[in-house]
Amino acid sequence: MAELTYREALNAAMVQEMERDDSVFIMGEEVAEYDGAYKVSRGMLDRFGDRRVVDSPISELGFAGLCVGTAMAGLRPICEFMTFNFSILALDQVINSAAKMLYMTNGQVNVPIVFRGPTGAALQLSAQHSQACETYYVHAPGVKLATPATPADAKGLLAAAIRDDDPVAVMEGELLYNVKGEVPDGEYVIPLGVAELKRSGDDVSIVTHGKMVHVALQAAGKLAREGIEADVLDLRTIRPLDADAVLETVARTNRVVYLEEGWPFAGVGAQIAALIQDEAFDDLDAPVVRVAQADVPMPYAKNLEQLAKPGVDRVVEACKRVLYLVAEA
Amino acid sequence: MATAAPEAPSAESAAASGIAGFSREQLHELLREMLLYRRFEEKAEEAYSIGKIGGFCHVHIGQEGLAAGAIKPLRKDDLVITAYREHTQAIAKGITPRAVMAELFGRVDGCCGGRGGSMHLFDAEIGFMGGHGIVGGQIPLGTGLAWAIKYRGGDQVCLCFMGDAAVNQGAFLESLNMAAIWRLPVIYVVENNGYGMGTAFRRVSVTNVEERSGAYGVPAHTIDGQDVLGTHDFFARLAEEVRNGAGPQFVNALTCRFRGHSMSDPVSGTYRSKEEVDKQLHEQDPIALLRDRMTAAGELDPEEMEAIDAEVRAVCQDAADFADASPWPDPSTLYDHVYAETNVHGRLFLDGRAGRGAVNG
Ligand SMILES: Cc1ncc(C[n+]2csc(CCOP(=O)(O)OP(=O)(O)O)c2C)c(N)n1
Ligand SMILES: [Mg+2]
Repeated sequence: MAELTYREALNAAMVQEMERDDSVFIMGEEVAEYDGAYKVSRGMLDRFGDRRVVDSPISELGFAGLCVGTAMAGLRPICEFMTFNFSILALDQVINSAAKMLYMTNGQVNVPIVFRGPTGAALQLSAQHSQACETYYVHAPGVKLATPATPADAKGLLAAAIRDDDPVAVMEGELLYNVKGEVPDGEYVIPLGVAELKRSGDDVSIVTHGKMVHVALQAAGKLAREGIEADVLDLRTIRPLDADAVLETVARTNRVVYLEEGWPFAGVGAQIAALIQDEAFDDLDAPVVRVAQADVPMPYAKNLEQLAKPGVDRVVEACKRVLYLVAEA
Repeated sequence: MATAAPEAPSAESAAASGIAGFSREQLHELLREMLLYRRFEEKAEEAYSIGKIGGFCHVHIGQEGLAAGAIKPLRKDDLVITAYREHTQAIAKGITPRAVMAELFGRVDGCCGGRGGSMHLFDAEIGFMGGHGIVGGQIPLGTGLAWAIKYRGGDQVCLCFMGDAAVNQGAFLESLNMAAIWRLPVIYVVENNGYGMGTAFRRVSVTNVEERSGAYGVPAHTIDGQDVLGTHDFFARLAEEVRNGAGPQFVNALTCRFRGHSMSDPVSGTYRSKEEVDKQLHEQDPIALLRDRMTAAGELDPEEMEAIDAEVRAVCQDAADFADASPWPDPSTLYDHVYAETNVHGRLFLDGRAGRGAVNG
């Protein structure tokens, strides 16, 4: 074990996979000479050269599609988006090409590509630079999605994503890159589809993913001071989804709050709530409550931004609601 | 560089004909190919009209010279990627008429098992990489195929077809720029039939197609796509140049669409006159042009022409019979091939129909 930042852990995963497989390369804006817009690919150009660490022009649709084409030819590209906000320009190639290729070709052509970069809001970046893009990706059959919350998960999940034979989006967080944590040395891979209980407590379940895991843990700490013990279940991958882990925590606490950074309308929480009512309706002692970004574009003003973001206090309150300790909002 | 011999016999290696640069055998082969494409598309139209083929279906009638002229000179391991008007291009690259027709019929013996249909024909084994339905969507993909060739140090080329309307897509501009930066072995071919559905190119661009690539440093070439011999000659040379490092190329191939945009669209109508199409049919049919040239050079007589026609008609009838007899895809395969890899953990599907594990193949 070594203490690494989340950024270093992602870098370690890419280096680990590029060392073992020449078909892996990274392409994106500023990934080579500039060391990455968020310095995630620091040092990789020196190590692997410009054949495998490739600066692209600012052409998200073009270079994402180019990367998908290389994957159709059997390479394993890591396509870095400076942030997932900009990947909206590339969604045609993600959805219409990468996601559907295997099916349209009746299994002839798979697309082993990784799309990665930060998703969600940082601080006061305003509407166009502050959106969580998870649902755009998981909505399409054919795409997988991992959302590491810790340095160890960042290394293990990114490695798994690179090795996976399907398109996998790995969504990181701008505010996570400096987070430090223990990361296993040497080859480290976390299989996709395995959630992790980041904290356990039998009174209420906070189910979440990505950066919000940290908000959930803070909320759980606050609740604990009031004598309420919360499970914090980190899904880690949204698709494949560790449904068993979700059902297990529901069965134990009978009360669920879904916390996510994205908008609530047709969000990840909506899907999880549907799963729970499909398969664990009788386990529930209260309706599932979702905590998400306010259903508005992200405002710039500090106070409005704070109001829009899902924060610790809203999670605490939601937990009390499913415990019937506060009245309906 | 170890290269396999080009598939097309060179002029020196085969018996000379009355037409410089082509053997008699080659002339007959090109004529037969084009006639096969024509009869195949006519058979598809017939099948569509009686409901055997559904959905969107775009035939290549009028553009056969380009399918044969651009694809036949390629090496077997070269790659072709294209849009949705691709039945004949698939046959030219080597997918059998049976497998193409069965795909149009949505049957299990189709080249994509009935999952793709008219717009998504693929055979990765022989380098036919689709069949793409988003206008311009295949252009970055073709650029990526060429990138992979270069990454691996290979000497194949990628032929990336598009319609004239596709040059107005951002994907086109972005791709040409990247191909130029990285000197990729890709040939972009615009099948310039003058129309995107009912919109004449001149109404949506103040420049000619040919002018579109210069700004990115990709050399442009304009050719007569109705002249199959000239087209064949041109691509045989260009493919070798690109194979030898000439970098990306842009070909504006002038051609004619003798039919409406798709099956629901009449040949002429509000956006183009009957006279315009009649004139093209009369003067620019690639099959008639080659037939007349071969006849004048003493390389074809009417009986031979009839025999070729009878033979290719039989091939197309056989393809239709085969397609009709082919079973529908097994309903139990609905969820197959959504994912290539079944992850041991978690669920890939939540719709309650696919079972708890992923169903893959
Ligand atoms: C992105 C996108 N926009 C619109 C369409 C609908 N559409 C299908 S074909 C077509 C015209 C394309 O014309 P062109 O590229 O010249 O090819 P041609 O049909 O002449 O072969 C249009 C608008 C589409 N398939 N994709
Ligand atoms: Mg056109």
